[in-house]
Amino acid sequence: MSAETRTAVELAGALASGETTSVEVTQAHLDRIAEVDGAVHAFLHVDAEGALRDAAASDARRAAGQTWSALDGLPIAVKDVLATRGLPTTCGSRILEGWVPPYDATVVARLRGAGLPILGKTNMDEFAMGSSTEHSAYGPTRNPWDLDRIPGGSGGGSAAAVAAYETPLAIGTDTGGSIRQPGAVTGTVGVKPTYGGVSRYGLVALANSLDQAGPVTRTVLDAALLHEVIGGHDPLDSTSIDQPVPALVEAARRGADGDLTGVRIGVVTELGGEGYQAGVLARFEESVELMTKAGAEVVEVSCPHFVHALATYYLILPAEASSNLARFDAMRYGLRVTPEAGADGGQPSAEDVMRATREAGFGDEVKRRIILGTYALSSGYYDAYYGQAQKVRTLVTRDFEAAFERADVLVSPTAPTTAFKLGEKVDDPLAMYLNDLATIPANLSGVPGISVPSGLADEDGLPAGVQILAPAMADDRVYRVGAALEALLAQEWGDALLAQAPPLPPAAEGAHR
Amino acid sequence: MPESPQHAITREEVAHLADLARIDLSDAELDHLAPQLSVILESIASIQGVAGDDVPPTSHALPLTNVYRDDVVRPGLTAEEALAGAPEVEQQRFKVPRILGDEQ
Repeated sequence: MSAETRTAVELAGALASGETTSVEVTQAHLDRIAEVDGAVHAFLHVDAEGALRDAAASDARRAAGQTWSALDGLPIAVKDVLATRGLPTTCGSRILEGWVPPYDATVVARLRGAGLPILGKTNMDEFAMGSSTEHSAYGPTRNPWDLDRIPGGSGGGSAAAVAAYETPLAIGTDTGGSIRQPGAVTGTVGVKPTYGGVSRYGLVALANSLDQAGPVTRTVLDAALLHEVIGGHDPLDSTSIDQPVPALVEAARRGADGDLTGVRIGVVTELGGEGYQAGVLARFEESVELMTKAGAEVVEVSCPHFVHALATYYLILPAEASSNLARFDAMRYGLRVTPEAGADGGQPSAEDVMRATREAGFGDEVKRRIILGTYALSSGYYDAYYGQAQKVRTLVTRDFEAAFERADVLVSPTAPTTAFKLGEKVDDPLAMYLNDLATIPANLSGVPGISVPSGLADEDGLPAGVQILAPAMADDRVYRVGAALEALLAQEWGDALLAQAPPLPPAAEGAHR
Repeated sequence: MPESPQHAITREEVAHLADLARIDLSDAELDHLAPQLSVILESIASIQGVAGDDVPPTSHALPLTNVYRDDVVRPGLTAEEALAGAPEVEQQRFKVPRILGDEQ
């Protein structure tokens, strides 16, 4: 079995037994990147030299009997929205082209501290605004299941890299579904932790009150291992939760026996039906049936305000984003475009430079959301839009609280459809926004969620996902139930879902970046 | 709720908002963005009236207030590191274009 198709847990075992080395494993993944990333374009930047150097250091540590974590020596890819010292960080935007951060995000520092070699930075919709990775200024990522289709977004690069066996592990960020929806459409696992459960320090902010970094992997247990590495309190993030992270690996291992006796599972009425593809719903219903047979008590729960979650999100997110992105002012870092003359005909002023730089450096979707957010925050509209959205956010949270009185976890399809074709929705913002219909409520209320592959839709043979949500700080529940569902489905399929993906054409379109 | 006109956003409004947001939108972008934004606003305006006056607003998922740290000196970036990404540097400072108008 080749190194790159093994799970992180299997690779960790092979490293521990001395069967292989971190340098071998890292090189195998770098080779795989060289082979397929011309076609997939999951990476914006590959750091072969740095990854191999860190891999060699890991091997030396292991030889000396001093590993730093269960994942020491396992390569990982990081979404390009997290600051990496010495490695370019663009957020998929021209405005940060060539920027090399002078510091590490806490998540990145923890990966380094746990001994994981960083393979590179993954592609994303510009500033994480999108559901298809088509809004990257550096070109789209393609879905390994069908290269003419989107890999989801905004973290399509991380999901595609994992699905294409370019890396066993990746980090994503989820503001409205950007970890979970790419997971669903690429047949991989993605977890949005409880808000505040993983540090946001060094995560370039899209919407502070919604953003959360988390694991992108091929199995639930791998995600739990990675989550334990990156999670926990960080004094550098004032919204970080100062409580111990629940025992996630233990929960995933327990769930893997497939027994759900006594677990109350709530099917959310509002997250299904109209607007959801038939094949996605069929796989979801099968998953619920399997969990019922495994002993779960399934109840239907209504969350009536979830129908307003999408509108609420598209007021809160642009409002926060428009103020966050004000930092890109061409003065301290990033692009600077100087117009020939200022608006007054004289030498260009700082403000003239700012306007020209932001015009040249931001793409369409970023401009749309900045304008929308500026509008929602304007005097005269604030109460009607942003103020109202904040109130509906309270109602969404109350719906969750009521639902979690009746159920331990809530389930729904992760995304309403399978992967659509590149270009299909790129200039239809509303159609694009609908991809996050089912994932957004969790971000509004800060609760954790996982997407687990549920099978292939009958119509198109493409992957779909089931989302499992739990109360804040009960991330262990999404791992337990997620691992159980994964095990039950694997029994049905006889293998992992990704084993059914078609092989990728080797080195089709030349060298990767 | 009355029909759409109240949520429509004109080309002039988009130009004004772009000015507030410090983005020089081209004419073509203004033509393109105004109708798109109207469609989005039309759709999100549906939340008006959903929550009554008695519902408190939520600004944040966590009910945290006043998170303090000890006021002690800790290592930070050096001046060179902080300036490393700057478009222009002079005498260990960020160099910026003129801030005031000629008449100011």
